[in-house]
Amino acid sequence: MLESIFRELILDHYRRPKNKGALDDPTVTVSMRNPLCGDEIELMLGIENDRVAEVRFRGQGCSISQASASMMTEALAGRSLDDALALERRFLDLMHGDEEAQRDRALGDLQALQGVAKLPVRIKCALLGWNALDEAIRAHRASDRGLMGERLEFDDMTADVPEAAPPEGFDPEAHKEELPG
Amino acid sequence: MNDRFQEAGSTDATTTVAEGRTPPLDTAALRRRFPVLDQEVHGHRLAYLDSAASSQKPDVVIDAVRDYYLRDHANVHRGAHTLAVRATDRYEEARRRMARFAGAGRADEIVFTRSTTESINLVAAAWGRANLGPGDIVLVTEMEHHSNLVPWQLACEAAGAGIQAVRMTDRGELDMDDLDRRLAEGRVRLVATAHVSNALGTLHPVEEIARRARGAGALYLVDGAQAAPQMPFDVRAIGCDFYAFSGHKMCGPTGIGVLWGRKELLDAMPPYQGGGEMIEEVRIERSTYARVPHKFEAGTPHIAGAIGLAAAADFLDKVGRDRIHAHERRIAGLALARLADEFPRIRLHGPDPGTPRAGVVSFTLADIHPHDLATILDHEGVAIRAGHHCCQPLMRRLGVAATARASFYLYNDEDDLDALVRGLHRAEEIFGVG
Repeated sequence: MLESIFRELILDHYRRPKNKGALDDPTVTVSMRNPLCGDEIELMLGIENDRVAEVRFRGQGCSISQASASMMTEALAGRSLDDALALERRFLDLMHGDEEAQRDRALGDLQALQGVAKLPVRIKCALLGWNALDEAIRAHRASDRGLMGERLEFDDMTADVPEAAPPEGFDPEAHKEELPG
Repeated sequence: MNDRFQEAGSTDATTTVAEGRTPPLDTAALRRRFPVLDQEVHGHRLAYLDSAASSQKPDVVIDAVRDYYLRDHANVHRGAHTLAVRATDRYEEARRRMARFAGAGRADEIVFTRSTTESINLVAAAWGRANLGPGDIVLVTEMEHHSNLVPWQLACEAAGAGIQAVRMTDRGELDMDDLDRRLAEGRVRLVATAHVSNALGTLHPVEEIARRARGAGALYLVDGAQAAPQMPFDVRAIGCDFYAFSGHKMCGPTGIGVLWGRKELLDAMPPYQGGGEMIEEVRIERSTYARVPHKFEAGTPHIAGAIGLAAAADFLDKVGRDRIHAHERRIAGLALARLADEFPRIRLHGPDPGTPRAGVVSFTLADIHPHDLATILDHEGVAIRAGHHCCQPLMRRLGVAATARASFYLYNDEDDLDALVRGLHRAEEIFGVG
């Protein structure tokens, strides 16, 4: 079980992260922090013609949060923003244990994180970088429409984490009668 | 009513711990008193090493709460019927019990709150509102739990007062010279420190701090959340002005806490929250308030929690708090020695081995993040805590983002320590750390 979570590839990205550092002139920068455990990610995107031309991140935290961010930056390079959001949705599927996502080659190294789906309390770690990405794209698009000014800096934003799946074997239907209301 | 409070009398708990002269705890027998410990986690005997966050509950506490709801429950005070009288008697008896537990002279110096956090917020808000002003200083330490820091920030901000922190030495102890320097400026109105550090296990010299605070004309609040569960204490012998602790860390229920305060200080403080129970006479424009402690207990209190807490106090005193403390020191000492011995790349935080401390062992292992350690240990049946332990300023001071913390309590034995060591070796294996 543990070996299927802390895969060699995850430890590799944790110890030798890809795209770690800062961009000189990022189009958009977003900082995300998980206030419960203190993990931090600062994501910088260089966006050209609606594509991710450059990406860097800084941060500190557990192997899952940092490896996920590192893998994400590798998978993002050159993608259109729509494509990047599609990848994010695919990764969310993977974190929910979706079998189709587990076979999707588009996720590349990110497939190594599929074991995290079995650890509901750690899914939020794997999503930290992706929440930053989501916010960055949203902010970029808002600023393109002139809604939010030119340069955006988000700090200390609480990650918007989807609800964890119910524990394995828990069928809410079966408990319906016991629950009030 | 006030006469009844004065019956509380003094405690027979001693403040000095008879180290080495106490018979060791029968942890196997104690463990059987905690039903929750009798289970496997991920196929391993549960080694619960997270009692500094919250302790487990013995059968007598669970029974006391259950028994109260089965037989005696009604709202307290004012009720004329039999159950209301019984519930009131049991609630007020619990107050007298907690006065004895803390060494308070009077039961009306015991205010039931939700938690240590609420106890401190009560003092910060009510005492702070009446006593803090521009130029005043509240003095905390670099090692405080956020619950003994943020309430003071709020109070100071409202009053235009300042907040300062006593420095910590590299050995995880308070820099007493720094305390003196800050007190000497003459602006400190209140000093607030933990009795025992939750993140490092350091025992602070609270009697000495009380003496120096008093000498500088400052009040002294002690956060006893980590001390109350595991060592005898006597608020009058310490010489402090306020002492706060929680039920759930000392084998009692969650949602119940205690604030002890010197009677004349509590009398002079304005109320904390308004509502039922805390009033004398209410008119539309203004009201008069009940006497202490009820002045500070607005709304229906956690009656079952107070009764369960009194049962927990009985349980701890029956075991012997001096013995619990000796046990914690012994097992923490064993843990420190084994971790240092078996893990060349471990960094142990806190006081040097051999110095008095609580059963808290805080560490980081090579480049394995504490959260990853906690996940791996969980799969070995070992429950520890990982993170900043609500002490972000302390983490900054230590130069780490987080630590792993194993905390030992009266039901932990060397099997639990073995399980911790095994789990850490497993983490080394998974992370390729040798």
